[in-house]
Amino acid sequence: MTTTVGDQDRQSATNAAIERSAAYYRLKADVEDFYYHEADLLDDRRFRDWLELLTEDVSYFMPIRRNVKFGQQVARENTKRGEGISWFDEDKWTLTKRVEQILTGVHYAEEPLSRITHMVSNVQIKEARPDIGTARELDVTSRFLVYQNRVEYETYIFVGRRNDTLRLTDTGWKIARREILLEQNILLAKNLTTFF
Amino acid sequence: MPLRNDFDQLVDVKGGFISREIFVDADIYRQELDKVFTRAWLLVGHESLVPNPGDFYTSRMGEESVILCRDKKGEIHVFLNSCRHRGMKVCRYEQGNTSLFTCPYHSWTYTTDGKLQGVPLHRTLYDGVLDREANSLVSVAKLCNYKGSIWATWDKDAPDFLTYLGDAKIHLDQALDCRDGREGGSEVIGVHKWVFPANWKFAAENFLGDTYHNPSHRSVDLIGIGPSAAAGKKGRRDDELEKAEHVWISFPAGHGVHSAIQPEANEYTESFLDNPILEKYFRHCFEERKRRLGEGARLLPFVGTIFPNTSYHGRQPRGLCAWHPHSPTSTEGWRFFLVDKDAPKEAKEYLRRYYMRYSGPAGMTEQDDMENWLYATAASTGTVARRYPFNYQQSMGAYVTDHPLGGDVSKQVTEQIARGFYRRWTTYMQGGDWHELLGSPAGNRQAAE
Repeated sequence: MTTTVGDQDRQSATNAAIERSAAYYRLKADVEDFYYHEADLLDDRRFRDWLELLTEDVSYFMPIRRNVKFGQQVARENTKRGEGISWFDEDKWTLTKRVEQILTGVHYAEEPLSRITHMVSNVQIKEARPDIGTARELDVTSRFLVYQNRVEYETYIFVGRRNDTLRLTDTGWKIARREILLEQNILLAKNLTTFF
Repeated sequence: MPLRNDFDQLVDVKGGFISREIFVDADIYRQELDKVFTRAWLLVGHESLVPNPGDFYTSRMGEESVILCRDKKGEIHVFLNSCRHRGMKVCRYEQGNTSLFTCPYHSWTYTTDGKLQGVPLHRTLYDGVLDREANSLVSVAKLCNYKGSIWATWDKDAPDFLTYLGDAKIHLDQALDCRDGREGGSEVIGVHKWVFPANWKFAAENFLGDTYHNPSHRSVDLIGIGPSAAAGKKGRRDDELEKAEHVWISFPAGHGVHSAIQPEANEYTESFLDNPILEKYFRHCFEERKRRLGEGARLLPFVGTIFPNTSYHGRQPRGLCAWHPHSPTSTEGWRFFLVDKDAPKEAKEYLRRYYMRYSGPAGMTEQDDMENWLYATAASTGTVARRYPFNYQQSMGAYVTDHPLGGDVSKQVTEQIARGFYRRWTTYMQGGDWHELLGSPAGNRQAAE
């Protein structure tokens, strides 16, 4: 397998990497459709169905963003996948546990359930393997805006970037790898009970 | 209704009532910052965050930003993060290495031992006579590196840290010591920082042996997220203490712990079943610890709070928390996650994942804590709500004072620890001297009268 975009060291991959052909735009429309479907599942609270969109070997990662000196952003701004402490550095087992917890009905941080809307935009395919016409695996970047309203007055807005690797399976595209870059240092929310 | 400054009435330890005012009132909060947070010993960080000369880590004490810094000679300092000229933060990076802190405003510079070094146009504008020594970064009055954890106080009259800890020491020790019983040896593998809309004392009290709040974690206990969950064990951690006698202890300086004493035979309880390497490693640690500490190994830590705002989780998941006040109804939580520095790679890898799924704002267990603290705070701000104090009458009088572990020792779930915490909080708010703050008999008598 070739290298994957995703983590911070590859964020600045140029737009020129893939020619904006008709095949590119067809594929991009598919990917956008996939993301809209994903957002629907989450916002409709069909969490078990959402799990089905993740590959068995999924890696789901949200680093902690740190305030670092100019020039050190690439090396030190974000905590790293696979080491130390991040907000999330999860596999499918843990994500499944998170879903099961919500479904107990006594996970008080999500009981009653929050009202959540996921907005996805700025979708770009950064790399297609083996090629754009017959792609089985994609590196895709996007932006998200997640609005959460909880109980009465609690409101949180999470904004950031996602770097995904999507894999084509018998049942369509699935998420094999996700990096979520929330644009916050100290988390300005009491909890992260939603999925991104 | 008690007057807001009559702390003996607000905190009625004898009757078991504590006014909601102390959790929501802005004036009481301002007084806390002055009377509690400038005097008590506060957790600042850990030496592993600043391993090399020139390393710094920005932290907090109370509401204020401080710099934890290791100078060129290797000595550790804690400074107020504010230029002596116009107050600009001299460091807005979280962590790094530097030879100088340069204020962005007028470019005064400070060395890593806090001394003012550079003052632009010193000769022309200050006649070359500005007293650099007197304009150093403001340093804490006392600092202690205790088994790697760094503590500080702004009060030059404060007792040394070990005196301050008193008999709570051996409980905190077990969060800081190696799993196999060697002293110290921990490192921080990451820090969570987040803001939640609740009074800081809810968090401090949660770890003061409030075992009573267990039902709020029912969801994780039902699904099982512990180190043996994949092997089919329910619960949020391994039940290492299933045969132990639990003790809840209130110490006179305001600290409180929930620990456990294993039976005399002190046999290993199977744990970390999800990973054979870890199972073997922790079994080894258990036997080693027993060999090293003998009888002492029977004491196992669970949770505790060192007055006022430092909490620890002694075993699963292991770490230190600082509950930094932001406002009467807002707190910044910091959680320092600890592992043995020389633990095998597999253990560190497993533990960090366990810590993340358990702890902090993304942690499946602690999310429910934050929910409780938020709505308990929110529902206590009302005019009518404030007329009705919280009930702290649980297990009144159910403790002994002659237990070898010291303090008021209870064998049942108890709010005696919370009562002790707020009794001491009252002494701080009344401006008590250190004799009283450490809970000398005079201090106790005064609070009880």
